[in-house]
Amino acid sequence: MREITYKEAIREAMIEKMREDEKVFLMGEDIGVYGGAFGVSMGMLKEFGPWRILETPMSEAAFTGVGVGAAIMGMRPIVEIMFADFLTFSADQLVNQAAKLRYMTGGQVKIPLVIRAPQGSGTGAAAQHSQNVEAWFFNIPGIKIVVPSNPYNAKGLLKSAIEDDNPVLFLEHKLLYNKKGKIPEDDYRVPLGQPHIEKEGDDITIVTTSIMTYRAIEAAKKLEEEGISVEIIDLLTIKPLNTEIIEKSVKKTHRLLVVYEGCLTGGIGGEIIAKIAESNAFLYLDAPMFRLGGKDVPIPYNKNLERAAVPQIEDIIKKVRFIVKGDWYA
Amino acid sequence: MLTRDEKLAMLEKMLLIRAFEEKAEKLFMRNLVHGTMHLSVGEEAIPVGAIFAIKSTDYITSTHRGHGHMIAKGGDLKKMFAEFLGKDTGYCHGRGGSMHIADFGLRNLGATGIVGAGIPIATGAALALKMQNKSDVVLAFFGDGAANEGVFFESLNMATIWKLPEIFLCENNQYAMSSPVKRFVPTPNISDRASAFGIPGISIDGMDVIAVYETVKAAAERARSGKGPTLIEAKTYRFKGHSKSDKNLYRTKEEIEEWKKKDPITTFAARLMEIGDLQQNEFENMKEKVNAIIEEAVKFAIDSPEPDPKTVEKFVYADEKEN
Repeated sequence: MREITYKEAIREAMIEKMREDEKVFLMGEDIGVYGGAFGVSMGMLKEFGPWRILETPMSEAAFTGVGVGAAIMGMRPIVEIMFADFLTFSADQLVNQAAKLRYMTGGQVKIPLVIRAPQGSGTGAAAQHSQNVEAWFFNIPGIKIVVPSNPYNAKGLLKSAIEDDNPVLFLEHKLLYNKKGKIPEDDYRVPLGQPHIEKEGDDITIVTTSIMTYRAIEAAKKLEEEGISVEIIDLLTIKPLNTEIIEKSVKKTHRLLVVYEGCLTGGIGGEIIAKIAESNAFLYLDAPMFRLGGKDVPIPYNKNLERAAVPQIEDIIKKVRFIVKGDWYA
Repeated sequence: MLTRDEKLAMLEKMLLIRAFEEKAEKLFMRNLVHGTMHLSVGEEAIPVGAIFAIKSTDYITSTHRGHGHMIAKGGDLKKMFAEFLGKDTGYCHGRGGSMHIADFGLRNLGATGIVGAGIPIATGAALALKMQNKSDVVLAFFGDGAANEGVFFESLNMATIWKLPEIFLCENNQYAMSSPVKRFVPTPNISDRASAFGIPGISIDGMDVIAVYETVKAAAERARSGKGPTLIEAKTYRFKGHSKSDKNLYRTKEEIEEWKKKDPITTFAARLMEIGDLQQNEFENMKEKVNAIIEEAVKFAIDSPEPDPKTVEKFVYADEKEN
């Protein structure tokens, strides 16, 4: 094992896949000498040259489509969108083209495209550079959505995403880029579509993604001191959504909280809770299922306001205490 | 120079597109069509001239008005009619309909219902060809409406800076649905936009199949030799309405009749007769041959089964077990 950052893990996955498969290339804005807005591709230009680290003009709508076209032709493009908020420009090519082309042509084509984009708040970048966009694309059949939470799963998931024959939206978190974690020396994969039990526990299941996994781990430490044992399930892939592990966990803990950074309303939490409500795990519940999502606001600039807009460690602790206490409708 | 046989083959292909479109409209009138259609009657010279000018190994991207592109590329009429009628034997197993007929094997990379969205896909295909050191080119069809979409400009820019093997072929049929091109394009020609990118921009008579052929041939040579894209605007006219709901409220009968005098099929046939390449009876035989092909294809489509509703979730992801 060795220790690297989340950012380095993503870079390593790309470098190793590009060495192995000449069909893989990276395209996006300022990804060359600059290394991308967050330095993820730093140094890659030197090894792979300007055609495989292909810098684009500021034309997200079209260069996302260029990725789709190249993928149709058997390439395996990785398209970097500088901030996930800019995916609105890419939306037609992602939603109407990449996601639908295979279906509407009767299975004639595969689109092995990865779109990488950093999302999330906490950097003081305000409303247009901070949104968690998971839910924007959660409703789109034909794509997969991956949200890595640490260096180990970021590297393993990105390799799986590059090898996948479907369009994969790979949503990184800006606050995680410099977080360190251990990864194996050997080549490995983390499969898509399989949530991970981050921590076992008995009293409540917390389902998380991305940065919220870290916050839930911290919250769980505090809660254990109070005698509340928390199980944490990190989704890793939110689409297709696999709730089997969650069902199993809920049958054990009898309580469920979904913590997510995106806006509360229309977010992933509602869907996860609906799935559990429809499953026989519902019969095992000792408490209503709850969501703890971001506030329904654009991400504000001021540091305190920004913190208040999305779940923090103390919010998770409070919510868990509330659920366990049992006085829900007082 | 085109041989007599090649010219006759072009005429026959145009007749085939015309016959397909007219039959499609009849099937629609007979209530056999669930959805809509966008007919290209009057515009046949462009797909035929353009696709005769490229190699069969070259690629195209198509549009919502794409029947002609698919037929010119060698599309299977049985699968086309079957798709039009929503049958399981259709190109897309009834998932796409008229607007999404594609044949990736024939290197038609798809028809999109989102105006302009095929253009960056064509640019991406051209980028892949360049990366793979292939000598094929990509011919992107789009309309005058698409020439006002942002992705048109963005793609033209990228294809130019990267010198991609791509031909941008605008089928200017004078109307984006009901909006006249004169109202929404401030310069006389859409091809004027090429000057912003420093590439050749050429406007031609899109009713003249030979003009289309020669212009696209030169653009294909330029693309293949690594010099980058060309923007071609072929001026044409849509004889039929935009789609099934069109009542032609935005144009006059006189205007339509005026353009019909330039019918790309009758004018080309007349030219071939004038130079002795075609006799009237040969022309009649050709029409009969085409009609027989159409009838056989329609019969196949009508007799074909519908897709099983149980398969509705098939083809969403590439890794489904059933595929």
